[in-house]
Amino acid sequence: MLKNRIIPCLDVKNGRVVKGINFVDLKDAGDPVEQAKIYSDGGADEICFLDITASNENRDTIYDVVERTSKKCFVPLTVGGGVRSIDDINKLLNCGADKVSINTAAVENPKVVLESSKKFGSQCIVVAIDAKKNGDKWEIFTHGGRNNSGLDALEYVKKMEDNGAGELLVTSMDRDGTQIGYDVELMSNIASNVNIPLIASGGVGNLDHLVDGIKLGNASAVLAASIFHYGKHSVQEAKEYLDSKGIPVRI
Amino acid sequence: MKVTIVDYNSGNISSVINSFKEVAKDKVNIEVTADLNKIKSSDKVVLPGQGSFKSCVDALNKINGLTETLTEFAINNKKPLLGICVGLQMFADIGYEETETKGLGWISGKVSKIDNRNGKYKLPHIGWNQINIVKQSKLFENVENNSHMYFVHSYEFIPEDKNVISATTDYSSNIVCSVETENIFGTQFHPEKSDKLGLKIIYNFISI
Repeated sequence: MLKNRIIPCLDVKNGRVVKGINFVDLKDAGDPVEQAKIYSDGGADEICFLDITASNENRDTIYDVVERTSKKCFVPLTVGGGVRSIDDINKLLNCGADKVSINTAAVENPKVVLESSKKFGSQCIVVAIDAKKNGDKWEIFTHGGRNNSGLDALEYVKKMEDNGAGELLVTSMDRDGTQIGYDVELMSNIASNVNIPLIASGGVGNLDHLVDGIKLGNASAVLAASIFHYGKHSVQEAKEYLDSKGIPVRI
Repeated sequence: MKVTIVDYNSGNISSVINSFKEVAKDKVNIEVTADLNKIKSSDKVVLPGQGSFKSCVDALNKINGLTETLTEFAINNKKPLLGICVGLQMFADIGYEETETKGLGWISGKVSKIDNRNGKYKLPHIGWNQINIVKQSKLFENVENNSHMYFVHSYEFIPEDKNVISATTDYSSNIVCSVETENIFGTQFHPEKSDKLGLKIIYNFISI
């Protein structure tokens, strides 16, 4: 039976982890490679890096991070943030990323998804969306949530599926950072509208939220950042909790 | 000993390279190339494959003499070869992804789209699934039955001779996830992404 996945996400800026696990035995708490290794040793089903480097001149730092991580972690590694072109995707894959998530570029130029999935295969193309509720629909925001594209999320994801996206990473902007749980209504609406797997993101504050993301949101995988940071919960604890709630996980 | 990972522009193979180098340490020489002479002189060959069946077959055929060299290596000389994901699928006679495409024809059978039962199952089949080991296998030495492996695919290999199947996995149907003949090995899952147990499988292949 296919297991639901738990994916810890690390925000990386200028090659350093912004928030992270605070363990005494870490030699360098800001090193994304060490953090990723702790997660993969702890049973993370995948690792996700979100590059939030603002300036262009420091963009290359992520390549070095990915390259070093892929030599230490032997679970899938997804990298997103600032991915604009086929060339960016190619570079990340060559450094050892297994999947690349595309957000703003997919809205501005949907051909990037079409061409990259043709060139590299759908299995490595994740389309990430930031969605915000407006009336009875959800709209897609770009540029880290700053710009409203006006696009209807449910229609947009269908188009991305047709363009060859292998997975969707769906973040609720209404919930992101609130720790009150995923927007399971958004998740389940999108999940039932497409045939590709959905990764739920945004709003996790406790382990029950992970359960809700899967049971109510119909997500194939749940992504979380802050609950795994500072040792609040380990990935292993999360898995045991999901297991106790009858959710199939890899233990 | 020399193990060659065939680099034929089949997509992203860095994870395959990293995992083999991790397992090999300094004891085994891991070569990444499409050079025919280097392949011929190898002790073992790894045939990765990402993207579509058609794109991988096309990429193989683009390199003059590569298909013949691999066939000579695996079929005539019976040296160990491991196909991963589409690398395994290409063992088939024929694949139906994008368009009907001829495979290597090493193991009779076809590669078809996984039946998603009218949308009840998501495709690609992505994530960790358990393998059901159905025959004694060199690859699965010290790997327990029902171990989890990482999958990502929408097409499945359906061999004619069921005796080649060494493991299956349960999704919308019972999917063939590993085949083994005398010297030809293949995994539909990605051992290079399947954590410690995946590395164990790579170790087992290197140790054959």
